[in-house]
Formats: sequence, C-alpha cells, structure tokens
Amino acid sequence: MKPDMSVNLAGIMLRNPVMTASGTFGYGEEFAEYVNLESIGAFVTKGLSLKPRAGNPTPRIVETPGGMLNAIGLQNVGIDAFIAKKVPFLRNVNTPAIANFFGNTVDEYAELARRLDEIPEVAGLEVNISCPNVKQGGIVFGTDPGCAASVVSACRAATKKPLIVKLSPNVTDVVVMARACEDAGADSLSLINTLTGMAIDLGRRRPVLANITGGFSGPAIKPIALRMVWQVAKAVKVPIIGIGGIMNATDALEFILAGATAVQVGTASFINPGAAQQIAGEMEAWLLANGVADIKSLIGALEV
Amino acid sequence: MQFTSMILSNAEVSPGYWRMRMTAPQQFASATPGQFVMVRVSGAIDPLLRRPFGIFDVGVHAPVQSGAVPQPYFEMLYRVVGKGTAMLSALHETDVLDILGPLGTGFNLGSPDEEKLIVGGGVGLAPLYLLARELVKRSPVRLFAGGRTRDDILCITEFERLGVECYTATEDGSLGECGLVTEALLRRLDVLKGRATIYACGPHGMLNAVAATAEARKIPCQVSLEGYMACGVGACLGCVAPGRGHSAETPDFRCVCTEGPVFESNELKWRD
Ligand SMILES: Cc1cc2nc3c(=O)[nH]c(=O)nc-3n(C[C@H](O)[C@H](O)[C@H](O)COP(=O)(O)OP(=O)(O)OC[C@H]3O[C@@H](n4cnc5c(N)ncnc54)[C@H](O)[C@@H]3O)c2cc1C
Ligand SMILES: Cc1cc2nc3c(=O)[nH]c(=O)nc-3n(C[C@H](O)[C@H](O)[C@H](O)COP(=O)(O)O)c2cc1C
Ligand code: FES
Repeated sequence: MKPDMSVNLAGIMLRNPVMTASGTFGYGEEFAEYVNLESIGAFVTKGLSLKPRAGNPTPRIVETPGGMLNAIGLQNVGIDAFIAKKVPFLRNVNTPAIANFFGNTVDEYAELARRLDEIPEVAGLEVNISCPNVKQGGIVFGTDPGCAASVVSACRAATKKPLIVKLSPNVTDVVVMARACEDAGADSLSLINTLTGMAIDLGRRRPVLANITGGFSGPAIKPIALRMVWQVAKAVKVPIIGIGGIMNATDALEFILAGATAVQVGTASFINPGAAQQIAGEMEAWLLANGVADIKSLIGALEV
Repeated sequence: MQFTSMILSNAEVSPGYWRMRMTAPQQFASATPGQFVMVRVSGAIDPLLRRPFGIFDVGVHAPVQSGAVPQPYFEMLYRVVGKGTAMLSALHETDVLDILGPLGTGFNLGSPDEEKLIVGGGVGLAPLYLLARELVKRSPVRLFAGGRTRDDILCITEFERLGVECYTATEDGSLGECGLVTEALLRRLDVLKGRATIYACGPHGMLNAVAATAEARKIPCQVSLEGYMACGVGACLGCVAPGRGHSAETPDFRCVCTEGPVFESNELKWRD
C-alpha cells in the first residue's frame, strides 16, 4: 500500500512534508522546467520587502567545504511587483505557496503581513526575523526574545493566514526564542536560517565576500540544525519545519524523527534543481520499504 | 535541461588548458553561441556547487560503423584553476557528468553586412568558437586572441579553419606581437571602413578596455561576463553584475546567468 505522506502544517495541508526553502527556489517559476511543482508539499518564495531591494555588492557567494556562504542582501522585487508579476503564476499551481517576508521595523513587518493576507494565492506566511531592527540600533529581531515577540504579535494581528516564524540559529539558546515566538502567536516555527560565517582570501588578505560575512548553508550545517530542531520540538506545541543541509531523503527523515512535521530543502536545489521532488519520492520509497504506513507516525519518534 | 553526459574525450590542449567532448541529448543542438552549462564535477558534497563553463562547440558524431546512431555532443574548453577544474581534468573517456544547460542568453548575431571583430583573452576564447562558426556563414570575421604567453593562446588553428582571420598578441612576445590584444584591435579599427560589431570574452581588465574602446569609437560591443554562480537559473541572485546606472543610491543589478552572460557593453557599469 502507498504510505500516507500527507501532513497538516498549522492548517496548510501538504501532500508530503517536503517544501523548498526561501531564497533557494526563486518565486517557483524558475524551477518549473526541472521540478513538477505538484509533486512537492509546498514552496516558499524569496523573502519579500515593502520596497524592492537591490541587495549587496559582489562577490555575494562563496563555496566552502560542504557548504556555501551567501550575502545576497535580501535582493527581491518588492511586494507590489510580487503581486503584479509573480502571483499570477501561483494561481495555476496546485501546491500551497508560502510567502516569506521581512522588514526593518515592526510596522513594516505588520504592513507586509496585512498585504500578504489579502492575496488568495498565498497559503501561508513565513516571517524571516533574521533582520536588523533599524529603530533599535540594528539589533537582529531574531536574536532578542522581546524584539522577536513584538514582530510576531504585530504580524499575528495583521493576518488570519497560518503564520510561520523562521528562527535564526545565531543565538545562545534557540529554545528561548522559540517559546517567545510561540507565545506571541506563531502557528508554526521553521528552523534554521543560515549561520553567520566568513571566508578569507589569504593571498589578497581580504574577506572573500564584499559584505565580509555571509550566511552559511548546505550539508555542513545539518548537525547543528538537527540539534536545534530536536531541542525546540521538545519545548513547543506548534508544528516545526526542519531546515538545514538537507540533501536527500535520509537527511529529511532524520529531521522528522527529531520532531519536524515538514522540512525545507534549500541549497540542495542549486546543485540539483529537482532535489525537492526527488527527496519526496525517495522518502515515500523508504516508508514503503520499511513498512511505515503513515509519515506522521515518524514525527518526533526519535528514541533517546 | 538536466542530463547525464558521457565523456567522449578529455585532452590537454596547452599546458593547464583542457578540451572535453561529451555526449548531449538531441535537444542540446538548440544551444546558441554564448550560452553556458553548469557541470556537477562530482557526486560528493565537496566540491558542492556546480561549475559554469561556456559551450565551445556542438556537433553530431557520425559513427564509422554502419547502423550505429549518430551521437550529438558538445565541447568545453577549460582552464585548471582550482579544485573543481582539477577534478575535471582527471576524468576519462566513458566517465559521466551531470549537466544543466544550455543556460543563459548568448550573443546577438546582429546584421550580416558588417565586419565581426572577436576579441578573446586566454580561456575567454571558449564561448567564441561557436560564435565564430555562426558568424562566418554571413560576415567577414576577424579574431584577436591575447594571452600572457603562447600557452594561453588556444585553438587558433580551429578558428583559422573556419576562415577567420586571426591576430595574436602575447604579453611576453612568445607568440604573435608583443603586447596587449586590444592594441591589435585598435589598429584594425583605425583602418575600418563601414560598420562593425565587437564580441569579447576574457579577463575583466581586458573587457573593460574593449568596452572603453567600443564606447569611444561608437561601435556596438557585446561582452560575455563571469560571475560566482550557485544555481545558474536565476534563483540564488549570487551572480549579478552592476548595470550602467548602478550606484549605491540607485542600485541596478543584472542577473548574469539569465539576462547574460552576454550583455551589450553599454548596458553595464565599467571602471572609469
Ligand atoms: C558563464 C561562465 C562561463 C564560464 N566559462 C568558462 C569556460 O568556458 N572555460 C573556463 O575555463 N572557465 C570558464 N568559467 C570560469 C569557471 O567557471 C571557473 O574557472 C571554475 O568555476 C573554477 O572552478 P574551480 O573549482 O577549479 O576553482 P575554485 O577556485 O576552487 O572554485 C571555487 C568557487 O569559485 C567559483 N569560481 C572560481 N573562479 C571563477 C570564475 N572565474 N568565474 C566564476 N566562478 C568562479 C567556482 O565556480 C566555485 O564555486 C566560466 C564562468 C562563468 C560564470
Ligand atoms: C542564496 C540564499 C538565499 C537565501 N535567502 C533567504 C531569504 O530571502 N529569506 C529566508 O528566510 N531565508 C533565506 N535563505 C536561507 C534558506 O531558506 C535556508 O534557511 C538555509 O539556506 C538553510 O538551509 P539549506 O542548508 O538547506 O540551504 C537563503 C539561503 C541561501 C543559500
Ligand atoms: S547563478 Fe544563481 S541567480 Fe545566477
């Protein structure tokens, strides 16, 4: 019998737990040639802001062993162009589209949540709190429980759609942040965003990235991401989306055992544009081969 | 498209430079000059990212045995500079590679009734051969190939065989004239009668000089850029290059892997 791969992610019904991660899958259409978008659970857009953002100077990316650093600088088309140019594509795809977004102030976050709430093609919102708060000396919202909670409550008040909060791993205790976001009204938590890292060009005695530091992603970060998902899953009630270095079905299933209801595939889509679809297919095959009738029975089933 | 390709040959054509021929699906024949491929060098996670390479040539191999199916192929010309290209150079006939492509926007062949001036620096010649092959069908074509030493001047006989008139320049004078290839280009422009278009690919300094020359002489010029790429399909936004009007206040970035790698040189911002 075909195993049941479907999961309920805070009210969003996913045909399987495999989603794509923000910033690694464009607005969906870039990958239509390589992936059957209706074979994955959901996809998440590039992070949106109120105004278009041009992003950082180059070099913006550099490969490191088992991973990569990026300092794209959240380049995106902005909410207006998203509605005009990208939403029409979503209309014809029978897979939930989640809009990822960020702001520089609590008001900007709330305004974006309001605008996205009005778009019927958007199934849910994922708020990226790994951004500096310009009104409070640039402290990253997601590294201070108070700041994070104020963003989440403001967004909560602005939307009735499922609200996913994407946690930053660049904190001492991710559980504190997770609890603060859950208490402020998050319907789901996704983790992890990239880890801040850096690469140096010895010959030139300079940082490789024009921005000096960048976000570290790819298979090298998986152990950290797994640990954080496991810690957070024990501490909160809302469903969790596991992200970080997922390259294959084994990686994805490990996150589910650690407590994730769904997973997001990021950097892997750069290396293999069909990665998300392949991972979903291989997970199903694993369930079948191992006599697991329902993926939900594996969520948090880690034995310790 | 994404496909598994089998290596047909992989040979060092000059110290540090390799030419690889590999199988391609039928549809790959639609590749246009200036497009590129993203190659997964190994199935392991290090090196993790695909490597971008220009398409040097495409063709169909007609087997000698009767009854055997003709095999479409493409070629790359690459320089060993780091981990990924070193691994490529160690591969052999019948090894397989995972390829994404053809990708990007290539050269505009423009109007036939003008002279075509192709400028290549070192391995920058890679995407220019397929271009020359198309251009010679319609227009007179001259190639200006430059490098540091004679070892950096690649595949000139192939260009000559197409009927392209070739000029070479090396910085150490070991082949052709001693100096920069842009000087030979300038001399040609001095005696040029009628219209021309310049096509260039090579190190950024060379492109900068060619773009400045084209601007000063009011000659249309297309350049093929490089950029650090993760995806090759417009998703990561890692590969961008500043457009003409770019400044900190009025940012204007072009996506090299989808809008490029070939751009009109006057669309871009150059060093003054
Ligand atoms: C559109 C395009 C077409 C290209 N065509 C050719 C070609 O036909 N022949 C050829 O020899 N080279 C070409 N290059 C450059 C080639 O991609 C790099 O030399 C190669 O990626 C180096 O890989 P490596 O692992 O050996 O080097 P490393 O230095 O170990 O690579 C580390 C990382 O930096 C990137 N990188 C390093 N140098 C470059 C570069 N010059 N441009 C872009 N990324 C770089 C790599 O892709 C990798 O992600 C092209 C680049 C682009 C963007
Ligand atoms: C090039 C790039 C751009 C990204 N852009 C965003 C973004 O706009 N918003 C966001 O929340 N996360 C962004 N991320 C983070 C990813 O969604 C994901 O959390 C992270 O890469 C870890 O997963 P991975 O190891 O599978 O890539 C980006 C990552 C990369 C590599
Ligand atoms: S390489 Fe990813 S957008 Fe160009």
